[in-house]
Amino acid sequence: MSQRTLDPAGARDGEAIASPPRAGRPPGPAPAAPRPWRERRAAWDARLAPYLYVSPFFLVFAVVGAFPLVYTAYVSVHDWSLLGGKGDFVGFQNYRDVWANPYFSKHVVNTLSIFVLSSVPQVVVAVVLAGLLDNQLRGRTWWRMSILLPFVVSPVAVAIIFGSVFGDRYGLLNELLGTVGIGPIAWHTDRLASHVAIATMVNWRWTGFNALIFLAAMQAVPRDLYESAALDGASRVRQFLAITLPMIRPTMIFVVITSTIGGLQIFAEPRLFDETTARNGGSDRQFGTITMLVYDFGWQLRDLGRASATAWMLFVLIMLIALVNLVLMKRIGSLAGER
Amino acid sequence: MALTLASTLAACGGGDDGGETADGKTRITVATFNEFGYEGLIEEYNEMQDEVVLEQVKVGTWDDAKANLYTKLAAGSGLADIEAIEGDAIAAVLAESDAFADLSDPELDGRWLDFVAEKGTNADGQMIGYGTDVGPEGICYRADLFEKAGLPTDRDEVAAMLGTWDDYFAAGEKFVAKVPDTAWYDSSGALGQAMLNQVANPFEADDDTIETDNPDLEAVWDDVTGNSDTLSTQLAQWGDDWTASFQNDGFATTFCPGWMLGIIEGNAEGVEGWDIADVFPGGGGNWGGSYLTVPAQGDNIDKATEIAAWLSAPEQQAKAFAAKGTFPSQVDALAAPEIVDAVNPFFNDAEIGQILANRAQAVTVQPYKGPKYSDILTAFQAAVLRVDEGAQEPDESWEQFQADVAALG
Repeated sequence: MSQRTLDPAGARDGEAIASPPRAGRPPGPAPAAPRPWRERRAAWDARLAPYLYVSPFFLVFAVVGAFPLVYTAYVSVHDWSLLGGKGDFVGFQNYRDVWANPYFSKHVVNTLSIFVLSSVPQVVVAVVLAGLLDNQLRGRTWWRMSILLPFVVSPVAVAIIFGSVFGDRYGLLNELLGTVGIGPIAWHTDRLASHVAIATMVNWRWTGFNALIFLAAMQAVPRDLYESAALDGASRVRQFLAITLPMIRPTMIFVVITSTIGGLQIFAEPRLFDETTARNGGSDRQFGTITMLVYDFGWQLRDLGRASATAWMLFVLIMLIALVNLVLMKRIGSLAGER
Repeated sequence: MALTLASTLAACGGGDDGGETADGKTRITVATFNEFGYEGLIEEYNEMQDEVVLEQVKVGTWDDAKANLYTKLAAGSGLADIEAIEGDAIAAVLAESDAFADLSDPELDGRWLDFVAEKGTNADGQMIGYGTDVGPEGICYRADLFEKAGLPTDRDEVAAMLGTWDDYFAAGEKFVAKVPDTAWYDSSGALGQAMLNQVANPFEADDDTIETDNPDLEAVWDDVTGNSDTLSTQLAQWGDDWTASFQNDGFATTFCPGWMLGIIEGNAEGVEGWDIADVFPGGGGNWGGSYLTVPAQGDNIDKATEIAAWLSAPEQQAKAFAAKGTFPSQVDALAAPEIVDAVNPFFNDAEIGQILANRAQAVTVQPYKGPKYSDILTAFQAAVLRVDEGAQEPDESWEQFQADVAALG
């Protein structure tokens, strides 16, 4: 095969030669030599290559991300039983059913409550921890690695350890509280108490991880900013608020959004914390989350239509909250920076 | 605690690893829950032949096993070659007969007690499940705590004291008056199970219509919730606190099908004073008893069927009884020396074989359990727990239970 047939641009040049000369143009082929093919290829290369390099992610995403998303939407508008498979098209009936289900609002409120109780303290404590670790400490690496330790413990093990800490009757924490005269807290029955217990598990696991991400961002802040601030007489706290926080804002946005997504999808911790046989979030769904409702619909009631509708409603909720977070974080960042 | 771990690992891990071991033998897996007493049998099987490696996948409770079962039935792969099914759910499995191998074998006719074989056979006459055990119930009790409360401790005297439910609750009132820090029974959920298993149609009519507002069920509900405050631990059965209560003198009696003996012995390790009385309030009762099924999605259905038949044979089930107290559902096993001469040292050398055989004789009612029984039972247990926890008044919880059942569709 000749190079020319491979090059459509070259073929077009050939056509131009064959066409009759237009008025006002000097006869004969235009002297402008076509750009060499190699050069052209280099130009294409520069323009296309970045897309090619990132394409594996998008191809994989299309298969394991976009396809399930679209397919879930398809399932959600049908009667669809776990074992029986697809039934009739029902439009938005599944969404209406889920919306009208008394447990739905309960699970949404639980999810938001656990999310707030976990994400907010988590980010605040992680930033403070990172700020402390961003100093000249003795045995720095040891300190930094040790805050990551909880993260490498599997959530199942975490749930078992915390399960015996937060036992209603024979739990460690209630025994400790008893010694100072605080009456036993019903960690599995009281709604707010159960949220606190679950949020504690999440925080214990993720705070160190987030602190390390913040620490990496803090290390990238140019040191001369601190030096000049120190020369101007700014205290350490003032430096932290006026330099560190604004400088790590992009990282802050990243952490807040990832912890939003993770927090709203919380499943393993509450499910393992549950002691009822159904494991769908306590006897009265005191701590059932939206993902647990998805599981409940799909695998306990064996109705994939309603499960898919619930999953889509969760998706929309996450998008909304992530957007709100994004706006808030931009606001907070610019306030702290006094820009 | 260990139960939670095991069940979670199993729920995540599954057992689909191609069906072959590294040295080219066929791998056959058998998935069980609670205690089937199969450890020794599996070892025995692996030693007596050279072609198959038999492995057990154990999860904590039936509810965890059920979630795993349905997920993998829907996926069409991932189940073990042999799946154990709880007796309360065998009707639901029969409704999905296509997904399971037909285990019918004329040679096995008459192996099981009639009602056991019937429950494992679908309307087309295909046997889908091989019965493993049944759950004739006695009353297990802590003789040391009985003594503290001034109640009789000898098992015959205890048996004479607990003939009816009224007797049982009255004895409980006496007990908690003397020993206020210990409850009379282990959980309201277990009491519910015990009483439901004496009702002819607890949740469903014989034609599978759901009827959860029937007077029999209401009577059970009233007894269970009415005694919750005074006599129950009010703990969720199988939960961490429930498991811990065995070590903390949490309760004095519990309802004891054979398979429960192994669980008590495990949870109450080191606790002395357990005994079992040859009695059950309100006549006999059968709680649970399981089946072995062979999912049609497996690679080695013939071999798995053969092994399921071997495991559920009288000789093997008699050994399982010796190991964990699972009382055999096979006619011939009932006369086996492992049963007749069985004595359990943990339960104060009680002749558990004789006692459970008597308890099996006393069973007069086999409750009708349709395809939705297991799902409704789960909702019922949650409803009972709401009252135990004080989250709701009994009436409110009863309404919510009816709504939950309606949502099952």
